[in-house]
This record gives sequence, C-alpha cells and structure tokens, in this order.
Amino acid sequence: MVQKDYEDIPGTFVFDADRARVGYHLNQFCISLGKAAGREAFAADPDGYMKSFGMTEDQMQAVRDRDWNRILELGGNIYYSSKLGANDGLSFQQLAGLMTGMGHEAYRDMMLNGGRTIEGNRYKKEWKEEE
Amino acid sequence: MARITAGVACSHVPAIGAAIDLGKTDEDYWKPLFKGFEKSKEWIAEAKPDVIFMVYNDHCTAFDASVIPTFALGCAAEFQPADEGWGPRPVPVVKNHGVMASHIAQSLILDEFDITVMNEMEVDHGLTVPLSLMFGQPEEWPCLVIPLAVNVVMYPAPTGNRCYQLGKAIRRAVESFDEDLNVVIFGTGGMSHQLQYKRAGLINQEWDQRFLDMMENDPVAASQIPHVEYMREAGSEGVEMVMWSVMRGALDETVKPVHRFYHVPASNTAVGHLILENTE
Repeated sequence: MVQKDYEDIPGTFVFDADRARVGYHLNQFCISLGKAAGREAFAADPDGYMKSFGMTEDQMQAVRDRDWNRILELGGNIYYSSKLGANDGLSFQQLAGLMTGMGHEAYRDMMLNGGRTIEGNRYKKEWKEEE
Repeated sequence: MARITAGVACSHVPAIGAAIDLGKTDEDYWKPLFKGFEKSKEWIAEAKPDVIFMVYNDHCTAFDASVIPTFALGCAAEFQPADEGWGPRPVPVVKNHGVMASHIAQSLILDEFDITVMNEMEVDHGLTVPLSLMFGQPEEWPCLVIPLAVNVVMYPAPTGNRCYQLGKAIRRAVESFDEDLNVVIFGTGGMSHQLQYKRAGLINQEWDQRFLDMMENDPVAASQIPHVEYMREAGSEGVEMVMWSVMRGALDETVKPVHRFYHVPASNTAVGHLILENTE
C-alpha cells in the first residue's frame, strides 16, 4: 500500500486521492455553488438540491450544520467548501476562524502578528492527538 | 529563436486581487505589500516580454472534481477571467500565442511529459493576480500569456523534481520555436500557508526565507524537497510551491537575482516574490 507519511501532521486533513474519491459528490455540490444558478437552486430547496448530487446523509448533515471541519473529514476540500462559505457570505479568513475554533477576530489578530508558529505544530504527538 | 530571459516567482492570494479591484492598495493593511512590487512593475516595463509562460494552479474553476489533470496547457486563442462566486475580476481577457502553445504541447509530449491540452479554458485568480501585481490595471495585458495549470489541489501534486525537469523541457520547447520572442516564465503560489482544519494560519518565515535562498542559489536542492516537508513545515497548501520549481528549471542553474520581496500576511498567507534573470 501507498505510505501516507503526512498523517502525523496535527490539525490537518491532506486531500489525497482517497479523500477525493470519498468526497466527490460533496465536492461537486460545493463547486456548483460557485455559479448563481447553483446558489439559487440550493436556496430554493436545500435538501432536494443536495440529494441530486448523490451525497451521503452524513455529508448532507454536515452541510446543514455548517460543520466546516466535519465537511473536510467526510472528503471535502477547502477550495471546494469555500464555495459553500462564499454562498453564506464567509471569506477564507472567516472560515479559518471557524475551523480553528478561534473565532474571526482572534484568528485575524494571529495572522497580523505573523501567523501560527511552526514550533509545537509539526507533529500530532505535540498536540497529544492520536496518530 | 524564442528565448527565456527571466523568471518571476509570485504569490497569487485572491484577496490581493480583490484589494486591487476595489481600490484598497493604499490602505494600511495592503500598502507594504504593494510597495514590494513597485520595482517589479518598473522591471517588467523595461524587460518587455513578448510572451509570459504562466505556471499556476486552477481553484476548481476550469476543472471541477470530476477531472484532475496534473499538467494542463492552454492552447485556446484566449482565456476569459472566470466568475469564482463573486463575479469575474474586472481584468482584461488573457490572450494566448496559440501557435507557440501548440508547438510547446507537441514538444513536451514527445519529450515524455504527458500534458493535457486545453482548447477551451477559463482562468481564475491563480493566473490573473500575478499579472495584476506586475502590470497594475491596464486596458489590455501588454503581452501574450501561455497558461500551464498544475494540480496542487488534490494530493499528490507532481514532485518538485518532476516540476524542475518539466521546466527544462519547457525551455527546450521554447528554444526550438523559430519566432524571435522574449519569454518570461512565472512560477506562482505560496509561500507558507494552511487554509484548512485546526492548524489553519500556519506561517513559517524561516522556512520560506530558506526556500527563497534555494530558488536563487540551489534550485536542485529545492527540487528535492519532499511533499511531506512542504506540508509539515509550510502548511498543507504550501505544497503549491512546487510550481516555483517549474519556473526555476527553465532558467540557467546560475542566475542573477534582480529583486526579492517577502511579506506576512496577505489574508492567510505569506507572500513571496523573486525576479531572476538568465545570464548566459
């Protein structure tokens, strides 16, 4: 089997070919929101529109909950899920505030102060996360 | 014959494009960033490239999740700026040197780089933001642009070495084109950034500066950086810096550094920029 030497990076979902396969229908749904026709159809009938993409119930629930991290865990990718964010009026930076759990203001201040340091953020064991 | 005279490395953060389009370049947040490109604008006005070979990545604009080509070369006559959810950027249409593009496609494939040919394609901020940074807001882009889209959205992106070798093949393709043309190659994206999940916001200035040093002085070492190092040290989205190695591979091993600029932050990202000239 292919070695996934990146699975020990903390707080990170690498969107690899496996996740692209699992998340395909969810991602196609998100991408469709980049165009006005998709946004309108989603607003008119959220569940019917999501079902038309063949998404799993878990994926649809994550979208209903706007659980941005769960969307990634179920095969979503940030470049795609950001289209759902834009649909809701959220910028990349606001999404990052939500995904990190820091909130937008604290996240923005962290970026203005040079961003999240690499020290203590290289390995899951430094975060006491399971590998 | 056509010649590659210089390379430009440049971030493509979408918020930079929005700042230009909305007239915010003089605001305190953005001013230091745009100051770093003043010299670049002067340089490119002087260098007057006929053609820019633009190595960039698409952000699910030309490609949705159904088709993910590793290398896709634009051969269409022109490329419209795409609607990425907020309406198309108010920038000129990107015009191609179609004859040269299809020559390069043929040359690359026979040189064993199995690229995808795009006879129709919209382009997003990945391609237009570097043009805006270098040229400002002209009515028309002052040169032709050949786009090469590289997959860096789905892991794995092509390896640094593959990108570096592709740069060499692009140089061979350009130099076997008969028309007398001044070509500047761009490698875009980066530098350190992570847009997703709980570690979002990662910036590693020390690593970025080392990478800039390598781009100037030791491109072979840069081409050997494994993906896991990019992702661990420069953030999961930092891996897109492999595109800089395509640009660097198309230049001489020893180059003349003309300009270097680094700035944190633009939105979620560390911005890096280099201008390197061929001397041979």
